[in-house]
This record gives sequence, C-alpha cells and structure tokens, in this order.
Amino acid sequence: MELTTFWFILIAVLWIGYLVLEGFDFGVGMLVGALAQDDTERRVLINTIGPLWDGNEVWLLVAGGATFAAFPEWYATLFSGFYLPLLLILIALIVRGVAFEFRGKRNERAWRRNWDIAIVVGSAVPALLWGVALANIVRGVPIDKNHEYVGTFFDLLNPYALLAGVVTLAVFFVHGCFFVALKTVGDIRHRATKLGVKVGVGAAGPAVAFIVWTGIDQGAFAVWLFGLLAVISCVASLALALAHREMLAFIATSLTIAFVAIMLFVGLFPDVMPSSLNSAWNLTTTNASSTHYTLVIMSWVAVIFTPIVLMYQSWSYWVFRKRIGVQHIPTEVLAR
Amino acid sequence: MDALDIARWQFGITTVYHFFFVPITIGTSFLVAGMQTAWFRTHKEKYLRLTKFFGKLFLINFAMGVATGIVQEFQFGMNWSDYSRFVGDIFGAPLAIEGLLAFFLESTFLGLWIFGWDRLTPRVHLATIWIAAVGTLLSSYFILAANSFMQNPVGFEFNAEKGRAELTDFGAVLTNKVLLATVPHQIFACFMVAGAFVGGIAMWQIMKHPDRDAEAFRTAFRLGAVTLIVAGLGTIVSGDYQGKIMTEVQPMKMAAAEGLYETSEPAPFSILTIGTLDGSKEVYKLEVPRLLSYLGTGSFDGKVEGINSLQAKYEETYGAGDYSPNIPISYWTFRIMITLGGLAMAAGAWMLWATRRGRVPSGRWLLRTAIVLPLLPLFANSFGWIFTEMGRQPWIVFGLMPTSAGVSPGTTLAEVLTSLIAFTVIYGVLAIVEVKLLLMYIQRGLPEIPTESPGDDDIDAPLAFAY
Repeated sequence: MELTTFWFILIAVLWIGYLVLEGFDFGVGMLVGALAQDDTERRVLINTIGPLWDGNEVWLLVAGGATFAAFPEWYATLFSGFYLPLLLILIALIVRGVAFEFRGKRNERAWRRNWDIAIVVGSAVPALLWGVALANIVRGVPIDKNHEYVGTFFDLLNPYALLAGVVTLAVFFVHGCFFVALKTVGDIRHRATKLGVKVGVGAAGPAVAFIVWTGIDQGAFAVWLFGLLAVISCVASLALALAHREMLAFIATSLTIAFVAIMLFVGLFPDVMPSSLNSAWNLTTTNASSTHYTLVIMSWVAVIFTPIVLMYQSWSYWVFRKRIGVQHIPTEVLAR
Repeated sequence: MDALDIARWQFGITTVYHFFFVPITIGTSFLVAGMQTAWFRTHKEKYLRLTKFFGKLFLINFAMGVATGIVQEFQFGMNWSDYSRFVGDIFGAPLAIEGLLAFFLESTFLGLWIFGWDRLTPRVHLATIWIAAVGTLLSSYFILAANSFMQNPVGFEFNAEKGRAELTDFGAVLTNKVLLATVPHQIFACFMVAGAFVGGIAMWQIMKHPDRDAEAFRTAFRLGAVTLIVAGLGTIVSGDYQGKIMTEVQPMKMAAAEGLYETSEPAPFSILTIGTLDGSKEVYKLEVPRLLSYLGTGSFDGKVEGINSLQAKYEETYGAGDYSPNIPISYWTFRIMITLGGLAMAAGAWMLWATRRGRVPSGRWLLRTAIVLPLLPLFANSFGWIFTEMGRQPWIVFGLMPTSAGVSPGTTLAEVLTSLIAFTVIYGVLAIVEVKLLLMYIQRGLPEIPTESPGDDDIDAPLAFAY
C-alpha cells in the first residue's frame, strides 16, 4: 500500500476514534442539561465520563498533529479556511474542559449552575460544528490553485453541511444517552434509555436524508454500503436499548458513528479536500502529503505506539467499568 | 495594524498564557508523586494529606494547561498556514509524536490517578502519577524539538520546486544541539517554578497558621525550597551552556541581549545600559569587563560579534533588510529573566534559613516574600520565552523563512482580530477564576482523611472523588 493511502486511513481512524469516544462525552455533556433533575444527578452524569473525557479529547489533538505531519497542505488549507468554526470549537472545548474541573470546586449553587451551562453549550457546539466541518470537507469548498480557501464563513453553512451538523448533534446525544444507561444504576439509567430512544427515532429522518444525499453526491457503491450499515446499526441500537441490552446498544451507536464517518472518508478518497471551483485544484492524498521519508518515520512511530496507547486506554475503561448512581455521590462535598 | 501584527500578538498572548500552567504542571507532578511515594513507604498520614492538598492545586492548574494547550496546535494552521506548508514535513512530526507519546499518557494516567484512589491498589495508583509525570517530560522534549528546529534548522533540504523545507535526517532534528541545550534549561526552570509554588504556599501556611499542621507544611516547605535551589543551580549551569550554543547559532540574538553594537574582543558584560528609545544608541552603561566573552565563548578573551557587523553580514547573505530583533525587548527580557530567577533562589535560601532547626519564622517581609515567591520563577520563565522567540525575529525559521512570510494569506484582519479578542477575554476571565480557586484551596489548608475507608464489598460507598 502507498504510504499516503496508509496515512489517509490512519487519519480516518483517528477521526473515527475521536468521534466515537468524544461523541459520547459530548452527549453526556448535553444530558447534564436535558436529563439530570437535580445536582446529585448532574454529578452522576459528569462522573461517568470524569476519568475518560480528557483522554478522548487527545484523539483530536493527535488527529490534528497527524494531519500536520502527514498532509501539511491539507492541515494548512483546512485550518486557515475553516477559521471561524474552528475558533468556536476551540472556545467551546476550553470552556467545557475547565467547567468539568472547576464546577465541583465550590459549594455554591450559582457557581455550579454557570459551569453546568458551560458544559451543555460547550458540548453541543462542537457536536454540531464537527458535523458541519466534516460534511464541507467531503462536499468540497472553494479552494484556489494555490490551495487557499477563498470562500467565506457563510459558504460553510450550506444546507448539506447544516443537515450533517444536526445529524451529528442528534447521534452524539443518543450515543451519550446509551452510555449513561450503560454506566449508571437506578432511575437515571431508565430515563436515559427512554430519552435516547425518543431522540433516536426523531433523528432518523434527518439521518437517512443525509446518508441518501451523500450517496447520490458520491455515487460509489462503498458509500451506499456504509450508509446502509449505518442505518442498520442505528435501528439495531434503538431496538437493543428497548430490550435493555445496554452494552450492545452502546456498541451499536458507536458503529453507527463509525459507519457514517467511514462513508464520508470513502467518498472523499483519494481527495483530502476537493475544490468546488475546479477539480484540478483538489487537494489529494498525493499532492498534500509530506515526503516519503517523513511518512516512513511517522509510520514506524504509529505502528509501535498506537497499540500501546490502545492498550492502556482500554485498561482505564476497564478500571472504571463499575456502574455508578446517586448513592455514590458523597454528601459532604467539601470534605473530600 | 494588519493580520500579521494581530497574528503575532495572538501567538504571543496565547503562548505566554499557556506557559503559565506548563511549568507548574511539569514540576509539581513530580513533587506530588514524591509526596505520594513518601506516604506509600512510611504510611505517615501527613504525606497523604500533603499529596491531596498539592494534588488538588496541581489539578486546578492542569485543567487550565490542557484547555489552553489545544489552541497552540490549532493556531499554526489557522494563523500561520504558509508557515505550516513550508515546514509541515519536519515540524508536524514532533507535534504528532508529542500527542501520541505524551498527551495520551498524561491524560489517561491522570484520569486514573484522580478517580482511581479506591479502584487501584496503592502500588498501581502510585505508578499512575509517576507515569503521568514522565509524560510531561516526554511532552516537553518533543515540543522543544519542534521549537529548536525554528531556532536552528537542521536535518532538512530546501525543495525549490515545492517551495518547502523537507526532512532528510530525523535523528538530526531529535539531537539538534539547541534542543539538547534547551531541554535541561527548561526542565530545571520548571522545577524552580514548582519548588517555589510548593515552598511559597507551605511557608505561607506555616507563618499564617503556626498551630495548624505546621509540621507537615514544614516538610513540604523544605521539599519546595530545596527543589528550587537545586533546580536553580541547574538552571544557571544549563543556561550558561545554552548561551554559548546560542552565541554560535544565533549570534544576533545574543548581541541584542547584550546591546552589543560593535564586535569586541574581549567583550564586557553589560549590567545596565540606557539607550535611546529606538535602541540604536547607548547613552550610559555599567559593565563588567571580559565577562561576556567568557559567557559567550568560554574564554575571557573570546571575540563576540556585535549587532552592526552581524547586520552587514546578514545583508550579504540574505539581501537587504533589517536582521536585528527589537533590541530593548531582547536586552530587558534577558535581564529580567536572570534577575527574577536569582531573586527566587535568594528568597528560597532566606526562608530555608529562617526555618532552620524547627524555628517558626515571623515577620512581615518574610510573609510578603513567601507570597511573591511562586511568581518569581514563573515570570522568569515567561520572560525567557519572550526573549527566545522575540530574539529570533525577523525569522520564523532562522535563516529560512521570515515571520512575515508565514502568516495565513487567506485569513482576514477581522477574523484574526475576532479570535484575538475572544481568546484574550476568555483567558482573562479564566485567570481570575483560577486564581480565586487556588487561593480558596490554599486558605483551606490540608484536607482531613476519613479514618475508616469503606471496604470493597460495599457497592454503595461514596466515590473517593466526585465532581
């Protein structure tokens, strides 16, 4: 396999890992506003992702770094072109990350409420905007012959991309619901399942519309195939949730996210960022890539260290496998 | 003002701000790991309480470091896309490796440390904080590898057809002599910050609440003060070595640091120079003969090149233009760095003396010094980085690419200005929140440890940690 293809696949894997993992913690973040009925429940929700969210976010940092190293042209065009959405995402991620750490550090209602708002907004905004950004990459944006983005912020807010944003927002929300159902005990677990199924059914329309739109646009058989797999796993996740098979339901939503992402990356290949102005100006895996030498070094690093990272991250999920509930929240917060 | 100026301001503000949290994180992770190790081996409760107390302060700080760190990676592409295109083949690799090797390690094992108190055996739990601490060292090595390439590009070839620098020898990038000089200097400087942080807070507790856990805080204070002083000595030695390397690879930066206009043999070290505002002329100066020769070359008779002759030389090599950085900024940031670092060591030594043989120190000045102590090496670090980065100007990659050529051509002034304002406002608010939180936890003192910990079979026992 060409190394450029290998790195295209690796970056796709990093994005899929990021979307699946941070997808559920974005979902849980939104649930802090939508599901929790009191402060204790909010803390149960946040504690389900407490040990995990930071590690999940590193997937984004590594995806960004890997793009920079393997496809500098792609990194440069993408990050300078999508300036304002990325700025919004950055601000959301900053506020959200600080909010997780700071909300419990003072025992005041107003303090906690403000940070809870930060968690909800900081989770919803990236959940929406990552969908918008990914859809724009696949659909193509105005790029000139020097690989510069020449569109405006509003070019990014086209119907196809906005639809994608709504879909990622809804899917992450459901993904978060099923994660909470898997990780909690008591009343909150059942309410999470119910809410997840309800929103999941409601999201079916936009999701199918987006998949069909992508299929028609891209046309390739593989795109349709992965779109179909996404629909099947989505339906399966709702059925499994209703049957109280929480682990399987969560795996199914993970697969849904993965299949949608694979569908988009398959549609994209061998481009990495097509130009909507002239297909000769497309950024491709070959014209956007680093030198062979750099790719060889990076490949060795990735081949050696990715399994190690996966091993200890899995171990940390295993360590925190116990379900938690309202009874696990200490009554005297400040004594801890 | 154009997008270039704003992008430079943004880089400066976000990087200096981010770098308030980094040195505390790197050094304190090791000190907290040390405290927990002491508890593991002696089972003395004071070590556990100190671990939890400084652990909490560490985490408040770490949260800010993580949150502001992500901006650093993104802004290369957002504001400096032409730079990214030019060096991506080389610069991206250490950045990606930093993420894969270090960030995953830090975030995962810190998560395990925070939430794993009652889920892991004491031995494994202790290992998690050590692994996270080692992660911070790996992180600093790789990010400095990237930065050192900008200071002293090695292991590359210029590809004229593609208009970019291409990697030819990754080993050279990872053993860049600037990197090997910078890493020890930076790590020692981080330990100075952490020592002053732990020491200053402990000293404040001893003086403010002499009847509350004074023995435990005395232990913490000595740990901090000794760390500060030992690391301070390391910083001086490594800084001297780094200065010699810098004199070799970027003589202009060091000439600017000295305000040395004419090539001198031997060269004096300037203690104070007052020049005209634009920095082009000296009005008054106080100097130590021959010292600069020694600092720069290792010999008291060594020749040190001046700004004027370097300027002429660079014009010959690179064409017409101004190749000197902002002289007053270089001159003063260099001196402020050294002065603050020296003051921190002196203050640490003074306080150590005041607590000798079980004494409980008193006095307003000592208390004031304890409060200021953590800030001294912290700001020394900031000024050191401002010196390093500003002193490289007008180059973004020394000798290869001017800073003005690195900026994103497609972004508008409005976009960059929006992000500058957004980051400044949000960073300002978060600074206030962080400081308030730190002060609140410092004032609260050591946490109590519950006497009886619930057994493993009690599935409804409260978590050891909950947000």
